[in-house]
Amino acid sequence: MKRRPLYITLGICICILPFVANAYWIDVCVMIGLYALLSLSLNVMLGQAGIFNMGHAAFFAVGAYVTAILNTMYKWPVFWTMLPAGAIAALFAFMVALPIIHLRGDYLLIVTIGIVEIVRIALINDVFGLTGGSNGIFGISRPYFFGFKIVKGIQFYYLVWGMVAISMLLFYGLWKSRFGRALNCIKEDDIAAEGCGINVTGCKIMAFTLGAFWAGMAGTVYAAKMVTIAPESFNFMASVILFAVVILSGGSQVGVLVSVFLFIGLPEALREFSESRMMIFGLAMMLMMIWRPQGLLPCLPRQYPQARKDEG
Amino acid sequence: MEQFLQQLLNGLAVGGIYALVALGYTMVYGVLKLINFAHGDLFTIGAYFGFTLLVSWNLSGLLPPVVAVLAVFIMVSLLVAIIGWVLERAAYRPLRNAGRLSAVVSALGASIFFENAIMLIYGARVYVYPDFLRPEFTISLWGMQVPAMRMLIIVASIALMLALWAFIQRTRMGAAIRAVAIDPGAAVLMGVNVDRVISIVFLIGPGLGGAAGLMVGIYYGQIDFLMGWTYGLKAFTAAILGGIGNIPGAMLGGFLLGVTEALAAGYIAMAWKDAVAFLVLILILIIRPTGILGERTADKL
Repeated sequence: MKRRPLYITLGICICILPFVANAYWIDVCVMIGLYALLSLSLNVMLGQAGIFNMGHAAFFAVGAYVTAILNTMYKWPVFWTMLPAGAIAALFAFMVALPIIHLRGDYLLIVTIGIVEIVRIALINDVFGLTGGSNGIFGISRPYFFGFKIVKGIQFYYLVWGMVAISMLLFYGLWKSRFGRALNCIKEDDIAAEGCGINVTGCKIMAFTLGAFWAGMAGTVYAAKMVTIAPESFNFMASVILFAVVILSGGSQVGVLVSVFLFIGLPEALREFSESRMMIFGLAMMLMMIWRPQGLLPCLPRQYPQARKDEG
Repeated sequence: MEQFLQQLLNGLAVGGIYALVALGYTMVYGVLKLINFAHGDLFTIGAYFGFTLLVSWNLSGLLPPVVAVLAVFIMVSLLVAIIGWVLERAAYRPLRNAGRLSAVVSALGASIFFENAIMLIYGARVYVYPDFLRPEFTISLWGMQVPAMRMLIIVASIALMLALWAFIQRTRMGAAIRAVAIDPGAAVLMGVNVDRVISIVFLIGPGLGGAAGLMVGIYYGQIDFLMGWTYGLKAFTAAILGGIGNIPGAMLGGFLLGVTEALAAGYIAMAWKDAVAFLVLILILIIRPTGILGERTADKL
């Protein structure tokens, strides 16, 4: 509960930021918001359930391409494609997860890297003749929100951060639920979880699918914001950044927000160092992990009604 | 048939390089249970050091080519080994007792750092190794003409692997490395200096990786600062394929991956060769979840 001030400060900062920042920084913050959405969804699998997924960009890519294809070829309005984008990304994740979810830690890590690479190569090679090869797809139309056309950076800013807020509320509910407790238990010790009667494989697949669904919806927003999408936006590096954001956060949602600002904002803030900025960024990554190996803001211990009564 | 054999030999040459890099991943994983994502960039550093020594310092002009290449091989291995040692002290030792993934993120940071440091020092352009370092003649083998360079790469990588194998199996230090890989806690009780073992592993792994970088430079003739990502990822795949932590597994995995890629490039399509390599990895892991030679350890209760 001592984190409430932090939540409130962050919330206020995010609400008033567009009024003080220039157009460039608003655009940067839209990207930060998108990465926040993706990191929150990855947090469900990696931070909560301990599923090593270093290929989250694959599901993001599937979502973005579903939106782009439905919008440019079949003229669907962008927001209508959000559900199919999430659903197809989730279906893809489900089918991929079935055979591989039982792999242990690092074996799962390399397989998910393999998946993101296979998806990228498939997109470059214009699979099914739908993806437009290495140039990608352009001409995605702007989304309408109840008849209100979203074009400007500031409109996207509120759209993205609104989605982040809703996602955080929903994922908080998930964390509080029986399912959320099961995921935490699997992360700590999956054999003990199995012993407690938790369906470990089922829960892991569910977390994987759910995270992919969210990543797919984030893909819709990305496609709408960028208008043009290309395979190179969904490379291994994007997955690596997401992975690092979640590990640095320590697993709590507010930690994810702070760490996503650091990871996406820092390279932009270092722009004046131009060429050496990514080198400084790498160094900062090492230093931050050495400074806080457990992550910036680990989850607070759960509080149960019974425990509180005992204290009093 | 001849095309098949040529592709096979080509795959073995690339596979030998993958295997040398994979050994670095697998040895570090064996003692620290850490995926050293910066290993691919140590490999790149090897390729660039080789270029500096051979071309900028003109060692290839001062000495006969064979002597120069051998001397540079040793110098590059030593230099990269020292960088590996420093990396472990600076970036991994402080995180030894933290969660495993914290060290992985630190390794990713180190990788970004090295990559951009190389770019700042050398610039973003492609460097070309001089042609005369490559023997241009061919050897006839089973009635085929095989480039001598290709055979040389295969022989050199196998020789280095045999040397490593002898070191691990026959020396006291090798026994200590094996002991730490099996159980670090018990190894300490047996009087093994674990810190020293880890330092040695971080000298050998990057040393082999640096040598592999130089081999790629001479064999393909071209190097760029991003090559560590691709080769590192492939070598890591090879290490997992053979069963990570397992030294013969890394060698087998490297050759297998190289041959798979070469055959995929030859018979399916060049553009899909990386995807085929990963697909083979996924299929093998579905059948054998701990890699080809990985032991099926029972989960500890």
